[in-house]
Amino acid sequence: MSESIFYFLQQIANGLTIGSTYALIAIGYTMVYGIIGMINFAHGEVYMISTYVAFIALAGLSMMGIDNPFLLIAMALAVSILVASAYGFSIERVAYKPLRSSKRLIALISAIGMSIFLQNYIRLAQGSRDIAMPSMIQGGFLFGDPDGSHIMISYMQVIIMVTTVLCMIGLTLFISRSRMGRACRACAQDIGMTNLLGINSNNVIAVTFVIGAALAAVAGMLLGLYYGVVNPYIGFIAGLKAFTAAVLGGIGSIPGAMLGGLILGISESLTAGYLSAEYKDVVAFSLLVLILLFMPQGILGKPEVEKI
Amino acid sequence: MSRVTSAFVAALITLVLGGFLLGMSLTSEGINLVVETSTTGKMTVLFVGVVLVFLLQLFREQVGSFTSKMRSDERMELPSFLRTSQQQRMWTMFVIAGLVLFPFISSRGAVDIATLTLIYVMLGLGLNVVVGLAGLLDLGYVGFYAVGAYSYALLNMYFGVSFWVALPIAGGLAALFGFLLGFPVLRLRGDYLAIVTLGFGEIIRILLNNWTELTGGPNGIARIPKPTFFGLEFNRRPSEEGATTFHDFFGIGYSSEYKVMFLYLMALVLVLITLYVIRRLIRMPIGRAWEALREDEIACRSLGLNPTTIKLGAFTIGASFAGFAGSFFAARQGFISPESFTFIESAIILAIVVLGGMGSQLGVILAAIAMTVLPELAREFDEYRMLLFGLMMVLMMIWRPQGLLPMKRPHLELKRD
Repeated sequence: MSESIFYFLQQIANGLTIGSTYALIAIGYTMVYGIIGMINFAHGEVYMISTYVAFIALAGLSMMGIDNPFLLIAMALAVSILVASAYGFSIERVAYKPLRSSKRLIALISAIGMSIFLQNYIRLAQGSRDIAMPSMIQGGFLFGDPDGSHIMISYMQVIIMVTTVLCMIGLTLFISRSRMGRACRACAQDIGMTNLLGINSNNVIAVTFVIGAALAAVAGMLLGLYYGVVNPYIGFIAGLKAFTAAVLGGIGSIPGAMLGGLILGISESLTAGYLSAEYKDVVAFSLLVLILLFMPQGILGKPEVEKI
Repeated sequence: MSRVTSAFVAALITLVLGGFLLGMSLTSEGINLVVETSTTGKMTVLFVGVVLVFLLQLFREQVGSFTSKMRSDERMELPSFLRTSQQQRMWTMFVIAGLVLFPFISSRGAVDIATLTLIYVMLGLGLNVVVGLAGLLDLGYVGFYAVGAYSYALLNMYFGVSFWVALPIAGGLAALFGFLLGFPVLRLRGDYLAIVTLGFGEIIRILLNNWTELTGGPNGIARIPKPTFFGLEFNRRPSEEGATTFHDFFGIGYSSEYKVMFLYLMALVLVLITLYVIRRLIRMPIGRAWEALREDEIACRSLGLNPTTIKLGAFTIGASFAGFAGSFFAARQGFISPESFTFIESAIILAIVVLGGMGSQLGVILAAIAMTVLPELAREFDEYRMLLFGLMMVLMMIWRPQGLLPMKRPHLELKRD
């Protein structure tokens, strides 16, 4: 009896870990969608790229002789955020900005092209094989009887959850308090009017892409350390999952993305724990289809009104 | 900011973008991860990229005036011998005759590639109905292709159904899947539709991969029989007692080339049928409705057209062509596995439609030929194929979203004397 409860709690803990990283990636989708109304299809690739950069930075820095794991992680995170932000900014500049006035289909195809391009660029630059990273932070908290039924929450899982919560608090403060955050909210409401009021919406859009990419870089770093492996194809599935999370929570809504990420993470880990690990992707996609059909505005989103 | 500073900043950003990923390479040594500076080749690419971005930004105006020419809406003028519809018909006949004669005069390898190209032409034409005409972005088209391929393979494996019986069933099953998926999903807005179809394609692939008892899982299905010519097999010896083979029946010597030629001609017939059916559909009310819907859904609805049924029509018809192509693919390969039906395949077909010009049939055919023949001609190009496809999709959307050969609306022409 108690064993099954522990098993269940373990799945919930694993789900929260994965879910919080989905939430970080999902914010990139939801903010961009909220402001310019397009799906940034290449966002998953930014996540993948940031994992590569984090691994390169970690390996490079530890070869230079830095061996304090926390310093190492912090520095690698900074590098990864910097490079990912540059990617977010450039993707917007190259692939989306010239198409801002065209039809949605056109912009979406361009985004898909960008995603394919980035994936293959990394494949050619870094090879298509898995690159494994020895785990840096081992051990964890153990609850319950170590020999019998227990839950194990590793330090890495704690780090992931704490970092995510910090990022979320930071983002919420930025959006609600800062001048730029206010401009972001204004653009999400009415971009034309915001322009008339003397705010350069191009800058706001660029900032949105940079923030999304930076949060994806945090997720990339954390998940990279958690799984310890990276290849050029992880961005596709992760992007799709994060998009599902964004839609689940209500696309355009930042708290929604956080909530959606957690729900998706938990439902996936429950599927993996009780049904079969192979079908956890199927669950995510089926969830996406069901939400879009029955609740397209998501949990916290506003219903969309089509204006002529 | 002066132009030089902005060019400098752009070059700096490029350096940040490429510096880590092109300039350094990760390798695993034992359990440790080692990073080292890349080979000179990658370094050169990085350097050239940075300089290129710098120059492009420095001479932005000049580059802009050059690209704006490409952006213009003018379609390429048809050559003078193709102006009237009689001439067009005559040339079409010539081309078809040439295509029919092609396998008899060229090598076996060329015929094989041509068959593959024809499969892609068919897929491109089918997706063109959905994306090009109806304006619905379908990223899971390969799912229907897989349904077609697996329906023939499974029907044959479990019930011994022959290709010719399975072909319509495969098309019908794919259409049914399209209908079942489209029915709930097509009410969604365009970009959601794209994601849902993408998810559908992945679900199909994952199911095929994991349902090992039925589909053989990642090992796929092997020994799928080739189509027969009115019951005549192309093997050296008949597979069962009492059957006749093609070369015995006609009293000619055995040659494995007959099979390749036959497959090519079959693909050609399938493509011609597809082409004909879609050509007729475009001129029918439903075809007009597709285009109207693509241009303006609200206007379309206010004119009394039901968007959901029209979209459903496009989706189902597009899916059925993928089903036909899929079962032919299974028959040609003789072996299928979920590996053949990844998202990349969908992306290639989409790239064909986008490059050819959304809605334009001639454009799609030419693009399919370019996309399959070029990598075969230059093997070393193969590695860079997807990279270039992605880049091309972005550039096409920026410069010529209507494609290289945009669609021409059907119109009547006065006879010139």
